[in-house]
Amino acid sequence: MTVRVDAEVSRGTFTLAVDATFESGTVTAILGPNGAGKSTLIRAIAGLQAIDRGTVSIDGQVVDDSASLFIPPRERRCGVVFQDYALFPHLNVLDNVAFGPRSRGAANTEAKAVAHLNLARLGIDHLAERRPSTVSGGQAQRVALARALATQPHVLLLDEPMAALDAETRIEIRIELERQLADFAGCALLVTHDPLDAMLLADRVLVIEDGRVVQDGSPAELANRPVTDYVAALMGVTLLRGTASDGVLNLDNGGLLHIADRQLAGRVLAVLRPSSITVHRQPPEGSARNAWPGTVASLQPSHDRVLVMVNGSPSVTAAVTSGAIAELGLSVGTDVWLSVKAVEIDAYPNPTR
Amino acid sequence: MVRQRSTAPAPWFLVVPGLVALAFLVVPLIGLLAQAPWGSFGSLVTSPLATEALRLSLITSLVATAFAAIVGVPLAWLLAREALPGTRVIRALVIVPLLLPPVVSGVTLLAAFGRRGLVGQYLYESLGIQLPFTTAGVVLAEAFVAMPFLVITLEGAFRSLDRRYEEAAITLGASSWRVFHRITLPLVGPSLVAGAVLCWARALGEFGATITFAGNFPGVTQTMPLAVYQALESDRDAAIALSILLLAVCIGVLIGLRGHYLPGSARS
Repeated sequence: MTVRVDAEVSRGTFTLAVDATFESGTVTAILGPNGAGKSTLIRAIAGLQAIDRGTVSIDGQVVDDSASLFIPPRERRCGVVFQDYALFPHLNVLDNVAFGPRSRGAANTEAKAVAHLNLARLGIDHLAERRPSTVSGGQAQRVALARALATQPHVLLLDEPMAALDAETRIEIRIELERQLADFAGCALLVTHDPLDAMLLADRVLVIEDGRVVQDGSPAELANRPVTDYVAALMGVTLLRGTASDGVLNLDNGGLLHIADRQLAGRVLAVLRPSSITVHRQPPEGSARNAWPGTVASLQPSHDRVLVMVNGSPSVTAAVTSGAIAELGLSVGTDVWLSVKAVEIDAYPNPTR
Repeated sequence: MVRQRSTAPAPWFLVVPGLVALAFLVVPLIGLLAQAPWGSFGSLVTSPLATEALRLSLITSLVATAFAAIVGVPLAWLLAREALPGTRVIRALVIVPLLLPPVVSGVTLLAAFGRRGLVGQYLYESLGIQLPFTTAGVVLAEAFVAMPFLVITLEGAFRSLDRRYEEAAITLGASSWRVFHRITLPLVGPSLVAGAVLCWARALGEFGATITFAGNFPGVTQTMPLAVYQALESDRDAAIALSILLLAVCIGVLIGLRGHYLPGSARS
């Protein structure tokens, strides 16, 4: 139950170009900003969008070769959970879930039995007689999932399944979804713009920006070694570009950092975590190899800490406690010194350029 | 339906012309009721002329509406999905009967379906079918004039329908027929009823095309509007009584559908 995509989809000036394989038993998050082409990718797999170049295959069978062959969606065995769920408003919850089995030839009573089974599996069989408009967002998401799973799809495609939920429901539904995805034997793709969804639900993350795959790896790789500013911003770290040689990193935007890895050479990326940066009012003394001056550009509370954006060479974000803000007398425009240990800087070869 | 609380009184430049419009629409109805021959009303509306015309009107307008729905709904769908080449031209053609003076519609029908018409000559010669001056001709005239109302209403509904419902149905394995009759059609149901009512009301009131194409033969092609017109020349009381009867039928339908399907009424 592998999904293989090597395809381009064009829409006006926008082109999505993806070359990736998705294995069964894995959950892949498709992460990216709005308009990056995430939904287009799963629509192309489901057959709701014909591709312009290349091929899409499911279970080793080509379903779209962009020229002579196009297997329609109903024969692709893809279950889709649409953004905002698209539950049929004129059918009750049971009939929504029974619609798939019924469409695939099951008798009415059989289809309803399958629907009850799928609703029960998600703990929402008591909603069977309700209209979609009368259930909560979290319940609607489960109904949509039950409806998609009732046809026993080989591929499960979820388009922003959490976007319509409030913050509290998200946590609960995410746990539920994690369990459902773990039980799902086929190949699952989850479109999201929330890094937390990607981190918690997926085994693998495919980052798409402007129609291109910019990063493809495990959630941990994404967190530790982001390759684009978008991913770095999602992970809450500062990403720096430069050239390394003999333990010294020359930054493209000015500045120089010492790094622990003396073997690293050539074009590299470096990640600075806000928690590893220390803020001082005086030039620091001590073991930190890197110290440079800067000016506070902004202060932003985040959970129990304050993120201090400092302009300098390089410009970075540091995380300090609110107590430290008062102690150091930090406000916008304050001149400060920053320091970071060489071992705290994670530098790695730049795969993009 | 969201009802906004008005925070300021409506401005006079909207209130005054608005009330004029209202009076303009309501005064004729009051006039009709005021001049009604209530004493002989019962016998007038139960006369053979009246009952025959009402029966004919109801049958032909309902058949015309059914015909318009059966072929008009698919046309509306094709227009909404731009499935045919030249959608804009086709849409303009569909609206033409709305703009055409009904008498002219009657003439065009004669040119097409008359005994020597473009299509009519073959119908008559090879099949022996004659449409002008028959009850079938009345249905044809009514459908020609009224169908655009249904097509335009349904096209808007199909166009504004969220396509994801149909996409969801397709991914769940539904055939295109199943998607259409289980998802698309139910979702445009309120618009279908609204369009059918508009179409039916137009068919019921049809006069010009009917008298031109089908003539005015009592019991065969003389519908209510034609009967009213004829009565007006000889028996004014009968004309008013028949008009009130027609008005009552329309109001009855309006009340029957109110709150369920008509546009602008409360929907859940």
